[in-house]
Amino acid sequence: MSANLSPLLLEAKAVAKHFGGVKALQEVSLSIRRGEIYGLIGPNGAGKTTFFNCMTGLYVPDGGGFVFDGTPLVADAPDKAAGRGIARTFQNIRLFGNMTALENVMVGRHVRTGAGVLGAMFRNAATRAEEAAIRQRAIDLLHYVRIEERADDLARNLSYGDQRRLEIARALATDPKLLCLDEPAAGMNATETEQLRDLIEGIRRDGTTILLIEHDVKLVMGLCDRVAVLDYGALVIEDVPAVVQKDQRVIEAYLGA
Amino acid sequence: MKKGQFFRSMPGIGLAAALLIALPFVAALGGQAWVRILDFAILYVFLALGLNIVVGLAGLLDLGYIAFYAVGAYTWALLASPHFGLHWPIWAILPLGAGLACFAGVLLGSPTLKLRGDYLAIVTLGFGEIVRIFLNNLNAPINVTNGPQGITLIDPVSFGAFKFSGATQILGVSLSGPQKYYFLLVALAILVIIINVRLQNSRVGRAWQAIREDEIAAKAIGINTRNLKLLAFAMGASFGGVAGGIFSAMQGFVSPESFSLIESIMILAMVVLGGMGHIPGVILGAVLLTVLPEVLRYGVGPLQMAVFGKMLVDPESLRMLIFGLALVLVMRFKPAGLWPSPERQRELQETGK
Amino acid sequence: MDIFLQQIINGLVQGSIYALVALGYTMVYGIMGLINFAHGEVVMIGTLVTITVAGSLIKAGMPVALAGLAGLMAAVLVCMALGWALERVAYRPLRNAPRLTPLITAIGMSIVLQNLAMMIWGRNYLTFPALLPKIDFEFAGANFTAIQIIIVLVSAATMGGLLLLVYRTKLGMAMRATAQNPAVASLMGVNINRVIAAAFVIGSALGAVAGVMVGAYYEIAHYQMGFMLGLKAFTAAVLGGIGNLAGAMLGGILLGIIEALGAGYIGDLTGGFLGSHYQDIFAFVVLIVVLMFKPSGLFGEKTGDRA
Repeated sequence: MSANLSPLLLEAKAVAKHFGGVKALQEVSLSIRRGEIYGLIGPNGAGKTTFFNCMTGLYVPDGGGFVFDGTPLVADAPDKAAGRGIARTFQNIRLFGNMTALENVMVGRHVRTGAGVLGAMFRNAATRAEEAAIRQRAIDLLHYVRIEERADDLARNLSYGDQRRLEIARALATDPKLLCLDEPAAGMNATETEQLRDLIEGIRRDGTTILLIEHDVKLVMGLCDRVAVLDYGALVIEDVPAVVQKDQRVIEAYLGA
Repeated sequence: MKKGQFFRSMPGIGLAAALLIALPFVAALGGQAWVRILDFAILYVFLALGLNIVVGLAGLLDLGYIAFYAVGAYTWALLASPHFGLHWPIWAILPLGAGLACFAGVLLGSPTLKLRGDYLAIVTLGFGEIVRIFLNNLNAPINVTNGPQGITLIDPVSFGAFKFSGATQILGVSLSGPQKYYFLLVALAILVIIINVRLQNSRVGRAWQAIREDEIAAKAIGINTRNLKLLAFAMGASFGGVAGGIFSAMQGFVSPESFSLIESIMILAMVVLGGMGHIPGVILGAVLLTVLPEVLRYGVGPLQMAVFGKMLVDPESLRMLIFGLALVLVMRFKPAGLWPSPERQRELQETGK
Repeated sequence: MDIFLQQIINGLVQGSIYALVALGYTMVYGIMGLINFAHGEVVMIGTLVTITVAGSLIKAGMPVALAGLAGLMAAVLVCMALGWALERVAYRPLRNAPRLTPLITAIGMSIVLQNLAMMIWGRNYLTFPALLPKIDFEFAGANFTAIQIIIVLVSAATMGGLLLLVYRTKLGMAMRATAQNPAVASLMGVNINRVIAAAFVIGSALGAVAGVMVGAYYEIAHYQMGFMLGLKAFTAAVLGGIGNLAGAMLGGILLGIIEALGAGYIGDLTGGFLGSHYQDIFAFVVLIVVLMFKPSGLFGEKTGDRA
């Protein structure tokens, strides 16, 4: 597979995290290549979201670290992670509920734009141009995830599926190199999952690498180029879906030994 | 025409302008006291819109806002009164007052803005009290603030030879001091309204709202929440500083009594009662909460005399009682404020079904 | 050294009062996340009711101790009813309102209660009847009075009673469950309305006891006295870690002692530049400093951000 030959985008090196006595992550090392869809699966409580939170700077790892795009990631700085090109969605959707869908995506442009308070007050030509570009890009992204007709609705009034899409659009607005999706198919029906799958494939085709945490094993196996399995905070295997599916340890982890 | 569009059309703006110009003359028919009340209403519009940036946009619960107002007021009072024999010009004091208030905001904000919402509220509240206690007691051993007596004979606002105190003839129209301040305040209020509107629909304003809605999600999309919260705090404080300076000059007198906690609470009440984050609502809240207690002051006494033939209860406490009840009732029946933003109104109706 | 001991004793007395009032704030906050700004006013009404009841009973010839007890009972009952009414009328309809709405309501109720009190009791300072004989003790160069001892003992007993209630009864368990997670608690059959009402009623009863003791200690009362007291007590609750009962008690006592020591020594510390009238700033300065280093208060659990 061609993706396997492309250079590394993200490298996790022996990442460890514990909460009190619980070892949520035990020296997890894995690597994501540019342009691939990389799946991270594991039973409930295996440490998937913890891994995610360490990577995006919400948690400080107790050991190890990440190299992203050739340079180390600073721990405990979520805003810097976004600046570096890592965007994420949340397992239990976190939108800006009292802002419109369009505004939600527009905020996403924050990290790639620069107008300050003075620009806002005086509305000089540069600010106006930037503002117009932000708006246009946000409208384009709403089209991209196919919720353009909900642009002026408050985010909290959107349907569940549309909220998931809006969150992805907001993440894409930060121009990520790596888009991390935390259980995007949770709570979706078959049709919605199918549409989500098309959307994720489209995003990859357009050049963004994707890290997918998912419960839906079928979706992961059909969509991902490579899959890593976590169990009790440790990496069990990292390989192409065909190999992972047949791995005895994975089957045990899922069936529950 | 959509609701709200009218005041953006030419005849609408013309009508609004005519009303604004006529208002101080109409009020003067009831005596200059009413013009002064009008002045205060607009000063509070200014203050409330400054606080709206902090509370309404960025969602930071600030209960010590009056401290920044006090900083501005005392800056003016100390630098333009016989107290130290200084009489600095407005272009020097007003920016200095705003700057000092801004500095105080950063000083308070930088260690505390990481706190949870309600903790921030109590810390800002404590800060407000600290400022007031210092104002009250810094008259010994070195007399800086003149203590509870306050500072008197403060210079009015003046541009060159044009003073805002006392009556003047302009184009054949006689304008009293309060009327002149009225026009100055209206100009300032329009300025702060424009700034508020522009901030709200800007990159920074959207980031503030994002922080208000969900701080973690805001961080995840690359917003430096700490710096932006500090910015909101500092901006709100600067507006407070400017308002304080004008207050000082307009009154000619300041004392710590004007900067008690209840004042902070009143301004917060204006923002929330009107409709948090919605600019017309905040303006309405500020005007109502300034004018209502005054109307009650003049109305409650005579009404009792007319109905009962004698004063049954102290009009001052009855007035505050009604005011407190009004706060409770408005929150009970219009929890999002009297005039919330259209989106919020829609949302409440939808969830109310 | 004697000043030091003296101020510790004074601080302990004042601190026990703060602690009792702080419990009212912390219980309501722990269960429903509301700063009940009107709680200070409830305390004030407790004091004023005692003045009226005990004062007129003494005038009618009842023995002082009995009249004092009757005054205390009356204050507790009135305050409990008031706390219940506050919750039922003002706060309950706002359970699902935006976050700042109940805060403004609380402020409104605080204004209403203050002015009601002014209408009933007037705007002048009232003298609290002398319920206890004035006996002075001396210990290691420090003086203290019978009233001070009684205040500390009564506070300790009241707080012990509260702890028993919260940790040994079914209602207490329901309250703790609701503070943890209201949704789950209600699924488990806890009547949330009852629990919240109980928090208000119990908090108000503690406030009434505190109100009586404040009156007995300072011997005067005023319709505005509840405000600063409430503010300080709330500060104490935050200092200890709001929502945490032990935190409120320790925070209250700590605050009382810090204030007393601060007032006693500020003149020496600043070379006479700042005097004891700065006493009121200690509460807030300590609060700001503590929260800077321990954002959840001294004894509060760290509530980390959850993704």
